[in-house]
Amino acid sequence: MFMNIPFILLQCATFFYLISTAGYFCYLFYQKNRIQQTAFGAVGVGAVVHLFAIVLQSAALGGLPIYTLGQSLSMAGLSLAAMFIYTQYRFRLKILGVYAAAMISVLMIASIFLPEAAKAPDKIYKGIFFFGHIVLIFSGEAMLALACGAGILYLIQEQGIKGKSPGFFFKRLPSLDFLDAVSYTCITTGFALLTFGLVTGFIYARSVWGSFWRWDVKEVFSLGAWLVYAALLHLRLYSGWRGRNSAVMSVIGFVVLIFTFLGVNFFLGGHHQGFTQ
Amino acid sequence: MSKIILIGASHKTAPVELREKLAFSQEQIETALEFIKQDPGIREGLVFSTCNRLEFLYIPKSGDDDNNGRIDAVLAFISELKQLPVSQFKSSLYIHTDDEAVRHLFCVAASLDSMVVGEPQILGQVKKAYKTAVSEGTTGVLLNRLMHKSFSVAKRVRKQTGIGDNAVSISYAAIELAHKIFADLATKSVMLIGAGEMAELAVEHLLAHQVKQIVVANRTFKNALDLARKFNGQAVQYEERESALADVDIIISSTGATDYVLTRDQVKGIMKKRQNKTLFFIDIAVPRDIDPRINKISNAYVYDIDDLRNIVETNISQRKQETIRAQRFVEEALLAFRRWLDELAVVPTIKAINRKMTDIVNLECEKTLAGLPHLSKGDAESIRRMTRAIASRAIHDPILFLRNTGDHRDDSMCLNIARQLFNLDIPDHNY
Repeated sequence: MFMNIPFILLQCATFFYLISTAGYFCYLFYQKNRIQQTAFGAVGVGAVVHLFAIVLQSAALGGLPIYTLGQSLSMAGLSLAAMFIYTQYRFRLKILGVYAAAMISVLMIASIFLPEAAKAPDKIYKGIFFFGHIVLIFSGEAMLALACGAGILYLIQEQGIKGKSPGFFFKRLPSLDFLDAVSYTCITTGFALLTFGLVTGFIYARSVWGSFWRWDVKEVFSLGAWLVYAALLHLRLYSGWRGRNSAVMSVIGFVVLIFTFLGVNFFLGGHHQGFTQ
Repeated sequence: MSKIILIGASHKTAPVELREKLAFSQEQIETALEFIKQDPGIREGLVFSTCNRLEFLYIPKSGDDDNNGRIDAVLAFISELKQLPVSQFKSSLYIHTDDEAVRHLFCVAASLDSMVVGEPQILGQVKKAYKTAVSEGTTGVLLNRLMHKSFSVAKRVRKQTGIGDNAVSISYAAIELAHKIFADLATKSVMLIGAGEMAELAVEHLLAHQVKQIVVANRTFKNALDLARKFNGQAVQYEERESALADVDIIISSTGATDYVLTRDQVKGIMKKRQNKTLFFIDIAVPRDIDPRINKISNAYVYDIDDLRNIVETNISQRKQETIRAQRFVEEALLAFRRWLDELAVVPTIKAINRKMTDIVNLECEKTLAGLPHLSKGDAESIRRMTRAIASRAIHDPILFLRNTGDHRDDSMCLNIARQLFNLDIPDHNY
């Protein structure tokens, strides 16, 4: 019975995330601030319940719950919720909630419906560096997911202005400059977190397998994604790649990230396999 | 006999030449209010004048049945003040009474009667006219209520319909675009190439949004200097316009040139120098000044006069649909106001006072009698009669006072006070 409490809590959290998603979509159409506040509140409540569930799971497992694909997705959902709340306090880009809440909901639903593998936790998935690796990578990826969201909003708004047909979104989205700034900040923050996450991963790998780098497929793709963002930042600083190019790159980078997160495990295998069984 | 009369002329009835002649300055409005105060047949009044309209709203004294005579007096006053024979403007006037007048006022305040429907300034202007009338002491119970109602209906229209949502003037549409391109206009610089009324208007709009700096380029450097002085900006030589692009963000162009003033290659070159920072071109000139292919360059946006006009036209047609909803709000407010006005008559007020007293007396009397079962039927009946007599004696004098109308006093004020004393007004749920 006790084992089921986290699962019920996860369902509760999902419920709140779904409410929030519905709220944000209403806000998109009706632009009423009260709806937006309710939706944002629902994300907050959902995240608190979610965090509580994960703490319970960790206590039961003796480590972070990232042993199955379902658990990893749930972890990704929580980090996205946390990062979204953080960016809301920083930028108040309310409309981003449509993207964030919808994505969190999808992650959570997938996580709930995936079968729970009854696998004994591996002893090697412990220690401060492993914990750091997971937390940093997940929050970094959440930040980059939000960067991608802001990038998509930028592309929508840009399309309308460039095409001289300001339509449904024109009023509802903020200025291009602002969207670009949000996306850029999310990328720099996410990139920094990702970098530290990779470094802790290397240290952890050395402590467990004896070497920093073992040409694992996931390692290679992670490095690939990291290079995409590194290139983006470099081009922005030295060749003035801002606006549209930067937005497109933020979307491409995130697609590579998603593939690193999911695709590698499905198609290629490797020692990160365990996380997504 | 009418209770509310509105005489006016607007862009719908009078040509601009006449409106110019009829427009009242602030001092003339004060003179007009003085006239209202002095006129023996007018109890309350208000004068409202903008470049598009003149409205003369007043409440005749009760007992004054000579509507037409009063209107003629007002016309004569306007004629004398503006030095304009009545015959010249009488045919362009509209005269609304009662419901029509109220409806018209509500429509004006809600910007449904404006030349640009939904433009936001009008409500402020109406409020200012009301404030002036209040300080001159020409408003009373009726006008106070009427004007406040017009403010609330205007507010409701603004809040609940999309009537004020979209830009319906070209320069405003350009500013709105600028707001959707740049996060903070206060950090952006503007370059004006050429001159012209519309371009200057756009610059003035931008200045109102506090842009960082204005740069003016003109074929005649002296003109550039003059304009720069006017906008407190900086003049550059016409030939410098390309290099000036490196430091500005918004370009407004309106020259008489037959060729493009800025070409795609020029802008492409400058984009590298500005690290691809966004450029927004507003091309008001015909033939066009800005190469339209510039719009294809990343982070550069070009809007010519036709693009802006298209946006404005879409917005205007959207506004028209919202107007229908807004008109419903006006009708609702009109109904509410009329109900209040009807109640503010002598007979309904007396009836309401009577009803209220009877209700109180009956309630209290029956409560007491219920605790006294030993009284005979006859005794109880006597007590009932006595309480009713007390009530009717108590309100006898107030009712006499209310009945005694006329007498050089403000009846609606007396009625209003009476209704407030007895708390008779039905709460106004609509707003």
